[in-house]
Amino acid sequence: MNRIALFLPLALFVVLTVVLLLGLDKDPTELPSALVGEPFPVFSLPALHDANQMLDEQDLLGDVVLVNIWATWCFACRIEHAMLNQLEEQGVKVIGLNYKDNREAAIDWLKKRGDPYTFSIFDERGRLGIDLGVYGAPETYLLDAGGTIRHRRVGVVDDRVWNNEFRDLYAQLMDEKR
Amino acid sequence: MMLRLPIGLALVLAATVLLGSENLVQFSDESLRIRYQALITELRCPKCQNQNLADSNSPISQDLREEVQRMLEQQMTDVEIKYHLTSRYSEFILYRPDVNKTTYLLWGSPVVILLIGLIVALRLNRRNTVQVVSSGKTQIDNESRLAELLESGEDEK
Repeated sequence: MNRIALFLPLALFVVLTVVLLLGLDKDPTELPSALVGEPFPVFSLPALHDANQMLDEQDLLGDVVLVNIWATWCFACRIEHAMLNQLEEQGVKVIGLNYKDNREAAIDWLKKRGDPYTFSIFDERGRLGIDLGVYGAPETYLLDAGGTIRHRRVGVVDDRVWNNEFRDLYAQLMDEKR
Repeated sequence: MMLRLPIGLALVLAATVLLGSENLVQFSDESLRIRYQALITELRCPKCQNQNLADSNSPISQDLREEVQRMLEQQMTDVEIKYHLTSRYSEFILYRPDVNKTTYLLWGSPVVILLIGLIVALRLNRRNTVQVVSSGKTQIDNESRLAELLESGEDEK
């Protein structure tokens, strides 16, 4: 009995080491997604290209879509943009949410770099951003045809992220739609 | 001439006070300000890892402070405001999260560690008392044995 008790500190040390080692792999900047499985928030915001055209959550229904939060001040969005253009070429419907940006600068950016977005929502004050729990750009949401958020990616979507997190789920949601 | 420096300093100080007051948050009711201060010190900035909304200058914190102010003006309770924010930003945003299945380890571990410490302390304490008693006993044994030895030694002479 006493012999076994002597090994207790060692056992505690091993357990603690394993717990801490597992913790090293976690990204502390990644917040748990509160909105996955929830419907896309209700909103009413102007289109980026036409201040008089109002858009709302109804415009996101009927198709499996990616909603991409971006801004011209966001450096990582530059890196991501080529990937979005590529996805759009492959037939993925991408909707832009221009977040806390300048309208002219944003339109200019899309002219220069290509416009992968079916349409762009202009969220100048970041109100929809708060309802989505956005804390930085870029962020990308995958919505099913019913407008429910099925996946969220904080940070750049590149080939690796698309293949690991989005591709299968996207195919599955497209199947569900049919 | 001698007055120029103090006057200049006073003007600079006055300017900073004026600039500072420009950023003050305005409330329709001063009691809201107390709740506002309490909330923004207890809510965590989602972008920065370990700062609350009150301390952080990041744009998202400014937006969330405005959001808290707006909700306070709408007569929402503290619980409603926290729920509103956690349903968007998850429990990460709370510095004092509720006790539930993801946080029981966080809340429970200090109690468990304290209990383990108490048990260890009690057992060590008990062992020490036992030793004192037994050493008292051996002392008596030793003395009587010493007396015996002395006696037998005297016999041998």
